[in-house]
Order: sequence, then C-alpha cells, then structure tokens
Amino acid sequence: MNLKNISTSVPRKDHKGKVSGQLAYISDVKVENMVYGVLYRSPIAYGKIISIHLPNLPEGYEAVGAEHIPGPNYVKIIKEDQPIFANEWVNYIGEPILMLVGEDLDILYRLLDEVKIELEEHQAIYTLEEAIKQRSAPGVNMASYEFGESLDTITSIELKAHQIIEEEYDTGYQEHVYLEPQGMLAIYKEDEIVVQGSMQCLYYIKNALVNALACGEDDVRVVQSPTGGGFGGKEEFPSMMACHVAVAAKAVKKSVMLVFDRSEDMVVTTKRHPAKLKYRTAIDKEGNILSMCVEIFLDGGANVGLSSVVLQRALLNSAGVYKIPHFHAKGYVLKTNTVPNGAFRGFGAPQSFAGIESHIGHISKLANIDPLEYKRKYLVKQGDPTITKGNFRDPILMEEMIEDLLNTSHYKKKKREFQQLNQQNQRYKKGIGTSLFLHGCGFTGSGERDHIKAKVKLVKSKDDQVSLKISNSDMGQGILTTLCKIVAKELDLPLENVLYPYPDTKEVPDSGPTVASRTTMIVGKLLERAAKKLKTQWQTGVEQEVVENYVHREMIPWDEKTFMGDAYPAYSWGVNIVEVEVDTLTGNIKLEKVYANYEVGKVIDERVMKGQIDGGLAQGLAYGYLEKMTSKEGKIQQKSITDYGPPTSLDVVSIQSKVFDNPYADGPYGAKGAGELTLIGGAPAVQAAIEDALQTPFQQIPITPEVIVESLYVREGEDG
Amino acid sequence: MIKFTLNGKPVETDAPATVRLLDFIRDNQLLIGTKEGCGEGECGACSVFVNNSLQNSCLIPIGSIEGADIVTIEGIMESEQFKILDESYSNAGGVQCGYCIPGMVMASAALLSQNPHPSETEIREGISGNLCRCTGYNMIVDAINLAAKKGDGLWQKK
Repeated sequence: MNLKNISTSVPRKDHKGKVSGQLAYISDVKVENMVYGVLYRSPIAYGKIISIHLPNLPEGYEAVGAEHIPGPNYVKIIKEDQPIFANEWVNYIGEPILMLVGEDLDILYRLLDEVKIELEEHQAIYTLEEAIKQRSAPGVNMASYEFGESLDTITSIELKAHQIIEEEYDTGYQEHVYLEPQGMLAIYKEDEIVVQGSMQCLYYIKNALVNALACGEDDVRVVQSPTGGGFGGKEEFPSMMACHVAVAAKAVKKSVMLVFDRSEDMVVTTKRHPAKLKYRTAIDKEGNILSMCVEIFLDGGANVGLSSVVLQRALLNSAGVYKIPHFHAKGYVLKTNTVPNGAFRGFGAPQSFAGIESHIGHISKLANIDPLEYKRKYLVKQGDPTITKGNFRDPILMEEMIEDLLNTSHYKKKKREFQQLNQQNQRYKKGIGTSLFLHGCGFTGSGERDHIKAKVKLVKSKDDQVSLKISNSDMGQGILTTLCKIVAKELDLPLENVLYPYPDTKEVPDSGPTVASRTTMIVGKLLERAAKKLKTQWQTGVEQEVVENYVHREMIPWDEKTFMGDAYPAYSWGVNIVEVEVDTLTGNIKLEKVYANYEVGKVIDERVMKGQIDGGLAQGLAYGYLEKMTSKEGKIQQKSITDYGPPTSLDVVSIQSKVFDNPYADGPYGAKGAGELTLIGGAPAVQAAIEDALQTPFQQIPITPEVIVESLYVREGEDG
Repeated sequence: MIKFTLNGKPVETDAPATVRLLDFIRDNQLLIGTKEGCGEGECGACSVFVNNSLQNSCLIPIGSIEGADIVTIEGIMESEQFKILDESYSNAGGVQCGYCIPGMVMASAALLSQNPHPSETEIREGISGNLCRCTGYNMIVDAINLAAKKGDGLWQKK
C-alpha cells in the first residue's frame, strides 16, 4: 500500500457486509442441533435461596444450574465473587440462578414463569448513599486506594488558607446501548466446546471457560462474531454468558444459544458506575488554589468485577489536566445490592473529569476569572510530575489546541453576546462552556508488563497474503481496517492482500483484550514491528510466520500499593467547546454548536478518527444532560431505549473537530489511544455551557430538564 | 393462510397471525439483513417497506399484512439506488459496528424517494426513528446528503 500519509482514509474492510446486512452477527447464526437458553434470575436484591421448584419440563427441555458446573462456581475476572449460577445467596435483582434450555423460546418463557423459588430475604443496601454510611460494615468496602501529599501537610496549609471550598458532586448510571444486544452461542462437539459471540475480550472468556469447565486449554475455543457495538459493555460481561452457554452445552450435549432481548440487556448487564466525588480545596485571597483533597466513591453494584481497576483510573484522573500544589486523593468501591457495574468507554475517567471540571469551574467564579482562563493557569506542562509522581515526558500541545479552538468557536465574542442576549430574553438563555481533558493510553500501571504480556503473529501464505493473528475485536471502532493498514503500509502490500479474519483462540495468540484505548497503540505497534521483521525475511511464494512480544519501556516503575510512578506510558489530550440554549420554562436543553480539538499522536485513518470523535462526543454530551438511568430498591427503572433516552439524530449537531499531530515514539506511526478520549470532555463541557446560560452552579450529571427547573425554582426562592 | 409479497415474490404461510413480521423474515425466510435491536419499535434496526412505507417489522403481526408488498434490504440490494447509498455510506464513513445500518439504509432510501433533495434538518428528521450508538449520526447525515447529490434524478424513478 503506497499511501504517502498513513492518515489518508481508505474504505473499511467490512463495509460491504455491513451495508447490505449480510454479515452474520451472532443472532443471525443457526447451527444444527441448537437449542435456546433463558435465565431464571433472582427476584430479590439480597437473600438466601432456600429451595427451587421446577415445573414439569416437556421432553427436550432441561434445567441447568450450579450442579452442572464442572469447575468452581464463579466467573473468573479478578476476584471470585460472581457465581455463574447463584445457588446459595443472591446479591442483586436479576442475578442468574439457573437456565432453562430447549428448542422453542415461547415455551421456555412460559416455563420460566412457572419456576418457584423460596427465599429468605435479608436487608439489602440499595444506594451509594446507604453504602457510604455503612462502609465500615463487613463486605461493603470492596476496594480502596489512597495517595498523595500527607494529610498533615494539607491540614497545615488549610489552616492558613483564606477559604476552604467544599463540594459534593454526583454522577449517574450510563447504559451502553450497543445496538446489538448481548449474545453468545456454545457449539457442542464431542471433543471441544466452541463459544462464539459478541465480545471484546477473547482470552478473558477463554480463561473464564477453562476455569468453569475445569478443562484443558485445547478443550475450549472462543471465536468472535461481528460485534454490534461494545463501548466496554462487552468487556467482562460476556464472560458470564459464555460460562452459561458452555456449561449448558456440556450438560445437555447440544449447542446452546443465549441472546438477550433489549429489556433483559438493559436490566442485567453492567453499566457505568454511579459516583459521588467530594472536593475540599484551600484557596488564598486572590482565589489561587493552595491544596486539594478528593474523595471518590463508586457504586460497584453487587460484585467487584473490574470496579477496582475503574476506581484506579478515576483516581488517576482526579486532578484532571491540572498541576495542583499539594494534592491528596482517596477512593472506594462500595457494594450495593444492585446490578454490578463495570467497564464503559472512559473507565472511571468520565466521572472524574465531570467532577474536577465542575469544581475548578466553580472555584474560578469565586476568583472572578473566566473558567477557561483560570483553568489554563493550572494546566500541566511537559516535564511536570503527575499526581502519582510519574512524569508528563512528552510534548503537550494543549495551549495551542485551546488557542485554536477559541478562534474557531469565537469563544470570547460569543460569551459577550450571550450575556447581552440573556439579559434581553427571559425564557431562552444561551451559554458556552469548555472542558479540558486527557486520557491515559493503555492499561493502568504495570498491566501490560505483568498481566497482559501481549503477543502478535503475522502469517504469510504461499500466495503472499498476510494475515493478522491477534485476539482483538473490531466492535465498530474500525481496527479490521486500521491495523491492516499499518501492516500493509509497512510491507508495501495492497490492502486487500492483508487479511484480518475474525479472531479464534485456536489460531491467535493472546494479544490482550480490546479495551483501554490500547489496541492501536500497543497491538498496532507490535504489528508494525512484526511487519518490519517479516519484511527483512520476506521470501516470495513461501509460507512464513513471525511473532512479536510486548516489550515494556521502563519509566518510573508503577507501584500499585503506594500508587506511585508512571500510571500510563502516554496520554492523549482534548479540548471541547459547547454552546447550548436552555428553555427556562421547560428546562429543555438544545445543543447548538460543538467544537473539538484532540491530540492522539498520529491519526491512522482520518475517517475512522472522525467516527470516534462524533460517536464518542455524542455519548459524552448525552451523559451530561440526556441519558438518565436510575435504580429503585435494587431495580433498574429504565427497561426500554425510550425510557432511557440515548441521543437520536435530532439531538446531535454537526461537530467541528480537528486533530493535532504529535507522534509518540512507542505507537505505530506515532499513534496513541483515541477511542475513549473522545467521550470524556462531553459532559463537563455541556455542564459548563448550561451553567453559563443560567448562571447557576450544578453539582451533578445528568442535568436533566427536571434538575434545571428545580434549580431555577430554588434560586427564585432564594432571590425572593 | 396469509398471503403477501416479499421482495417481489409471492409468499404463503400458515404461521399464526401473531408471528412478528421480523421473525418471519429472519426465521422462516432466513433473510438476516433485517436486525432486531429492541423489539419495541424504538430503534429502527428492523426497518422494512410495507407498501412502500418505512415500518418497524418488529411491531407488525403477519396477520395484518395480507396482500401487502413487503421489501427488505435484500430486496433493494441490486438496485441503482442501493449502489449509490452503499458508495455514499462508505465515502462518508457512515458505518461503524454496522448493526443499525441495514435499517438506516432503508430509512435513507425511504427519505430520498419521498424527498430527493432533503435539507440537513429533513435528513435528521427522516432518520430520527433509527438509532445509531456509534457514529453520533453526523457521518450518516453526510452519507445521505452525498447520496442525494450522486443519485440526482434517480430517487423518483421508482
């Protein structure tokens, strides 16, 4: 492939199959001797199972439960706290207890209604507030970390401060709403179980299966199906479904398909953690920040899952893009008897950035300085230490990116115009707001070095076609195209001669999960190196194979216990500016303009990058004002897409974006991570714009019409 | 016995009248281009034409379509209009995970045959019944715009 610039867009490799609908997702697959599975789930939030009574099952229908699991009864993720089939205690509404399998779904659902269960109900913890109050009770605190300057030092600074600002900030659930609901199929064969489905992490699933089935590495095989959106929702959750179908397939000796309908998917799958963030900041007379303490509480739901790692990222981003003198942070994952929360694009960072951007914005008001101007005073620079005593060692282009976006958006002019306009217009108020953010690329801390140890393989056939053998999933983000492009350019091959078949663990080494904005940067770099190696050995018409292993570039070593060192090898950066119009009568918010600048090292494909920008921003903006999910007594209240309210084409506006070049030595062609970054700035920018319009501070997202009307009502009361 | 036309061919079935058209298309006719995203008429992934009008096939019991003319994505795949949409979606980068796309293409075709030169607002309204979680819609709007330009005159041929 002879592209002068790697960033020049090429057609997507999977375009034809997708535009015609003929590419088969898991629910489009039918295999011989296939039965369906449906799950009987806990009707209560916390209690002990006393007995289960099954209805008479017609021929060909069977029940599968904990007693059918050959290995230990838990889904292997990090801790052993999520049973595959709960058989003693249930910890949340919707927790799987058993599975009914058979040919006809209608019959299965009828039988499901006839299952009777006797339970001894116990007092559940339903909310994060309750969990915070009870956090010293056994089992409630599922993970915690603390780091930064000593509290003694902070206290002595606070004693001399002009003022201490304390704020509490709340963020809600966010639901992924990948358009393709979760689905998994276990194909039964005498000597192996093949698990196929919608997924991001093949080897997470494989490891969970080897554990659950107590079998050898060669007895299970995991194959990715085309995946209709993931956003983190198909990171750890599919491991549980894979265990369900594989255990069932072994038990009934048939292939078992489990596909959720939308309401089941919305109620029982993982979500973004609701969070409470507390800030305590000392300032001097001029409004300068002297010290800051941050406390973060994440609602983990009923099991810890990946929550401890999510908390790490939330904490690592707790100071935003700012250099705060004397910073201290601690955080907790607390257990509630609600659906477990998990990975979602941004992975703890969106909560932290919403909180810190809000808090710094509010302090700027006290200092009587424009929020953006105030934020720029504290912006980190190249060579500055991170809050964990790591280092921002690469060039940071934020100043240039901000300046550029100010010009593009006419920020200062708009700000003045809107002030005048708002004085004249009683009902409709306009506002403009900004957000500044970064994203640490790749796994947190020593994850790549100690846990993942990625390996990639390139296989060349006799006809000189080269296949990528990696365990990463294209879930829509475009790696089928971008990773092939890297290899094709390196080998100077036409793009069609580089193949990336949907991965199958029998064929591909473990190149790690498709998460953490690591695929392009880490796996892409390994592929680039493998391609370089293959090029030097290239023999036309001969089968060849090369393998590359991850090599860790040691910086300031990360220590998870002390929370010190370089938490990430590199950072991507962003600036967003958002304009809104708020209807003060109804509280409705209309997005008017969105501007975005990003720096991701080097773009591998401009069109793919724009797709990440627009899609990520739409999710991030909506997280700030549109998407609302709640839980009442352990029950998710929004069971349909309309109840929840993700953006439609009418909610989004055209986005003016630009990406800055800043090549990173350890990324392919200089590329860093991009997928998660694009979501992070949306919510804080929309909040800042709403605050600018109404001249009212908010302490939560989403800022829904109800929140706005309530705040105006309260303010009227205060004014009156 | 229920009779209707599917992609130009007559179909007869003794399936119960309450079977959803979506299931009939997928399970009985084995046409996989019509996807199920919500089952409640909210996402548009299962969009088909019923007598030339865009409808969610998950909300239609087959008993209600006696004599109707049903067209799925498979039924338009060979058309000139589809080729233009295909190209435009590719050039504009309208496709990511792809799950909403067949429905989105059906909605695009429906919009353009009614309004061959839609404004941006009209495009946004035209696809507002079809959800996409990957793209933030803008590149899909661009694709439809492009298809309108490229297919000038073609959309009203029908």
